[in-house]
Amino acid sequence: MTQIEISDLLKQKVHVDAVVPESDAAQAWIELQPEYLLACADVLRSDPELYFDHLACLSGIDLPEQNKIGIVLNLYSYPFEHKVVIKYFTERKTPPLLLNNQIDKTQFPIFPSVSAFWKTAIWHEREAFDLFGIWFENHPDLRRILLPPDWEGFPLRKDYTLAEKYHGIQIEY
Amino acid sequence: MKSHLHLEPELNPEEVLNRASAFSPSLSELNSEEMILNMGPQHPSTHGVLRLELVTDGEIVIDVVPHLGYLHRCFEKHAEKLSYLQILPYCDRMDYLSAMNNEHTFVMGVEQMLGLKDKIPKRVEYIRVLVAELNRIASHLVAIGTYGMDIGAWTPFLWCFRDRGHILNMLEWVSGARMLYNYIWVGGLFYDLPPGFEEKCREFISYFKPKLSELNTILTENEIFISRTANVGVLPLKVAIDYGVTGPALRGSGLAWDLRKSEAYSVYPEIEFDIPVGQGLKGTVGDCWDRHWVRCQEINESLKIIEQCVDKLTGEHKRTTDFDPRAVCPKKIRPKAGELYFRAENPRGELGYYIVADGVSDIPKRCKARAPSFSNLSVLPEISRGVLIADLVAIIGSLDIVLGEIDR
Repeated sequence: MTQIEISDLLKQKVHVDAVVPESDAAQAWIELQPEYLLACADVLRSDPELYFDHLACLSGIDLPEQNKIGIVLNLYSYPFEHKVVIKYFTERKTPPLLLNNQIDKTQFPIFPSVSAFWKTAIWHEREAFDLFGIWFENHPDLRRILLPPDWEGFPLRKDYTLAEKYHGIQIEY
Repeated sequence: MKSHLHLEPELNPEEVLNRASAFSPSLSELNSEEMILNMGPQHPSTHGVLRLELVTDGEIVIDVVPHLGYLHRCFEKHAEKLSYLQILPYCDRMDYLSAMNNEHTFVMGVEQMLGLKDKIPKRVEYIRVLVAELNRIASHLVAIGTYGMDIGAWTPFLWCFRDRGHILNMLEWVSGARMLYNYIWVGGLFYDLPPGFEEKCREFISYFKPKLSELNTILTENEIFISRTANVGVLPLKVAIDYGVTGPALRGSGLAWDLRKSEAYSVYPEIEFDIPVGQGLKGTVGDCWDRHWVRCQEINESLKIIEQCVDKLTGEHKRTTDFDPRAVCPKKIRPKAGELYFRAENPRGELGYYIVADGVSDIPKRCKARAPSFSNLSVLPEISRGVLIADLVAIIGSLDIVLGEIDR
């Protein structure tokens, strides 16, 4: 199935505002509103015509010039061998630098977690949380994964300033 | 119970125990609860700097919590500031055991964004596949050798590293480096194959085939090895797909899925090879032995691919004096605005690069690497609950992780 057919099916099943951009880009995508995400993920995962059982990649993406931050899902289906790219964005918020017990999740950009549909998203979403500061609602184990727990800031955000010291140790670049 | 402490014969055993408990807790006071055991990051069988937090009940593993990041080298952060050609050496350093496969994947992705996909000369493509498959064998040999060593077999490790040494010598001859090559360039190659390389490949194949069956006899068919790996760490296919497990681990669970076939990139559609699939020959489908066996069979398939590449490189796409491997290399790499997720089969599974280009700069806006080991490792807690600690070592080894690409 092509991206257009998949987005038509999604519109039919969950009444989403799915946008397929007209472009000559190497790869087209479907943009969803985050509030439709869980309903769409359910259809994408279990619909007998779609059956996207392989979440190949989940990448965070930061677009400060448009004041938005989002997630890109690259989904593939083993039985049908078709693929789809799903994107969802939300308003860019600046979370606190240091994560601790009194963390207020409303300071983060929030998406619902898709880890209930694809277990591999547990680690991929942890990575996006770690590097982009995106909060995932109902995630079973939302912690930093690549950086130490007391690291300050979220390095892959475009406005991140490089840390000069870590525990008093000079970082050389 | 009669005490064996005969220090003061007039004391009864209970009193002795009471006295002893003043210094250390008695047996009855010892906790029989779960214990946290730390494994790594310097543990030899974690294959790098992986730290596992084990919740154990005696010898039984109740839960495993992997802790990553000891080898995090900020690949994606570096890629924010580097042009496409400068990113290439960083790709080598992700999965340092199969650098050729890594750079082949990245280069193919960039070429597709540039629209160069069909303009690459056939000879270049065959050379790329040849070196990538040589590297795949070298990588599998490390996996098999170190796996044997994890289980307690020392000889196969030495044999594997001896034969891997031959491949590394050949790749050094081609590119000048033993592990991190930077040989495959966007649009071509760093240099043509050195004269006589094709003959050397044939020589290596005829040398290596009997060595491989020798290796299978001493390790794969070994009774001790089988009893340590068969029916251990069974990974059901459904769980494997749910966790995004790919590569030999997925094929070991019984799905004939190879991106070289299904994505049909480079010249793989013109080459004949089979996809080995785990069949549960010694135990259950998807156990550690199956994953190991798939890797052994894949070496055979890679040898087949190399033979066909060498035939093409000495026949149809022979070396000519006017052949320039850099003829198609673009002077400036600036893809049109757009994005691409390109994936290919790495020795460990699906390696993907998600590249976003803005169309005006030589630097990608976002370059994310999807590392196969990362997803393969995430299934570890799921399949190692309730196993013995010694079996956990067998399971980690059978997943064949490289921490360089997990932490990136």
